Amino acid sequence: MEALLFNVSGGFLEGIVRGYKAGLLTQNQYNNLTQCETIEDFRTQLSATDYGNFLANEPLPISTSTISDKATQLLVDQFNYLRSNAVEPLSKFLEYMTYAYMIDNVILIITGTLHGRNTNELLQRCHPLGIFDTMPALCVATNVEELYHTVLVETPLAPYFRDSVTAADLDDLNIEIIRNTLYKAYLEDFDAFCQSLGGPTAEIMHRILAFEADRRAINITINSFGTQLSKEQRAKLFPTIGRLFPEGNNALARADDIEQVRQACEPVAEYRAFFDSSGPGAGRVNGGAGGGSESTANLLGDLGVSDEFGGGAADLEDRFFVHEVHLNKLAFLQQFQYAVFYSYIKLKEQEIRSLTWIAECIAQNARDRIHDFIPTF
Amino acid sequence: GSGEAFNVGQFLEETSPYAWAATGIGLCIGLSVLGAGWGIFMTGASILGGGVRAPRIRTKNLISIIFCEVVAIYGLIIGIVYSARMSFVSPNLIYTRENYFTGYALFWGGLTMGVCNLLCGVSVGIAGSTAALADAADPNLFVKILIVEVFGSIMGLFGLIVGLLMISQASEFTAAVAPAVVSPFVR
Repeated sequence: MEALLFNVSGGFLEGIVRGYKAGLLTQNQYNNLTQCETIEDFRTQLSATDYGNFLANEPLPISTSTISDKATQLLVDQFNYLRSNAVEPLSKFLEYMTYAYMIDNVILIITGTLHGRNTNELLQRCHPLGIFDTMPALCVATNVEELYHTVLVETPLAPYFRDSVTAADLDDLNIEIIRNTLYKAYLEDFDAFCQSLGGPTAEIMHRILAFEADRRAINITINSFGTQLSKEQRAKLFPTIGRLFPEGNNALARADDIEQVRQACEPVAEYRAFFDSSGPGAGRVNGGAGGGSESTANLLGDLGVSDEFGGGAADLEDRFFVHEVHLNKLAFLQQFQYAVFYSYIKLKEQEIRSLTWIAECIAQNARDRIHDFIPTF
Repeated sequence: GSGEAFNVGQFLEETSPYAWAATGIGLCIGLSVLGAGWGIFMTGASILGGGVRAPRIRTKNLISIIFCEVVAIYGLIIGIVYSARMSFVSPNLIYTRENYFTGYALFWGGLTMGVCNLLCGVSVGIAGSTAALADAADPNLFVKILIVEVFGSIMGLFGLIVGLLMISQASEFTAAVAPAVVSPFVR
């Protein structure tokens, strides 16, 4: 039934986003890129793709961070085009997608401000998709109390702060715990919104968000081994929308080593495969800046992170990415729903990570590891 | 009591066949155009969206729009054929058996035709929208999906055939030989 009226407001943008998706790099193009000898070659190869001449005005030598920034800017431009042409409820859906980046930006600013960093420097390091109008106001605050009240009033993230974090928490709690609490509230809110949309959007988004929730729960558990995070605190960070909820979440909360984590994931067939130790060798890292997963990997960084799973965790992270790409590709099989927008942005981000990895390998002449990226198609 | 106040028989006997006929023709063309318009906006939005990155799909996919438009033309044809049956007869001479039949036939034929075309238009519209996006992704798919659309548009043709069959026995409105007489049983 959603097919009957979807095209009234969403038909044009769905066509646009599917056009964007057709421009994602294929395996052939990745092969060409991995065979480039220099960054200039790399740039020439990219100019034949949908990226076009985005690096044309950069002076040589081009650094990989420039490539990553410019590619992200392309993505942001595409996203802003979609956003400016969207009406309710698609506009609300796209807004929800930006909240994840906003959380990262707000945490960055809070940390920077409390440590006395330069405002402009902080604002420049923010992710462009998560910028909102009143962000500079956050830099003005001088102590925690003020910061908390500013955040509550100024940002669209206010509901997530209000329900789970108090002013006292902002001061005492480790910043990563705050980030994960906010993200949990955000995921649950987003899932509730998608369920209210109903139809295939609700189905597909729930699948994707449930995996995201489980992935964060597993990452939080693994990264909290050997740290001072108590089990109760850990359990409070797990989102409730995943497939591991409630038994898996409880088991993860009680887990003490990776074997128990594996057992907690037994009920779900796809997750069982992640812990298979016969996979590709440990130490494989998905290059470049990650998304939200990067923050969970650094959970409790200053309280000391256990390093036993260093190699294995990176491998697990890779498998998470592979599964995420798989789920996002599936979203394109159905028409007349909004999940294509979410999936396209995630796939594009993954592609930017892969490009950055390849560029790094070329720049550092580490050609043996150049194939360790995750291709999208 | 007043049970006879809700008198279906009286309603059926006293409603003019013109009312039935006109309503039928109105429903026919109205619902057909609704179906065609629905299909066209669905397909059109997708063609426009897909055509941004793949301009080659723009002309080919107008076939889908034509299929939807054809549905409205069926409704138009039937509307014209039906309205040829509606000739003038003065009110006291209109109530004959044949005229009743013509009235009912035009109503139900028009309704059948209208609903058939509505659903046909919607179906071709959804298929056309998918065809445009599939064509934008992979040009080989277009001809295959066109077959789906052809089958969808056949439904409108079925409605046309049945609509014509339904009125094949209905003569146009003709005056009664003698004026209607009030039955002695009516008080």
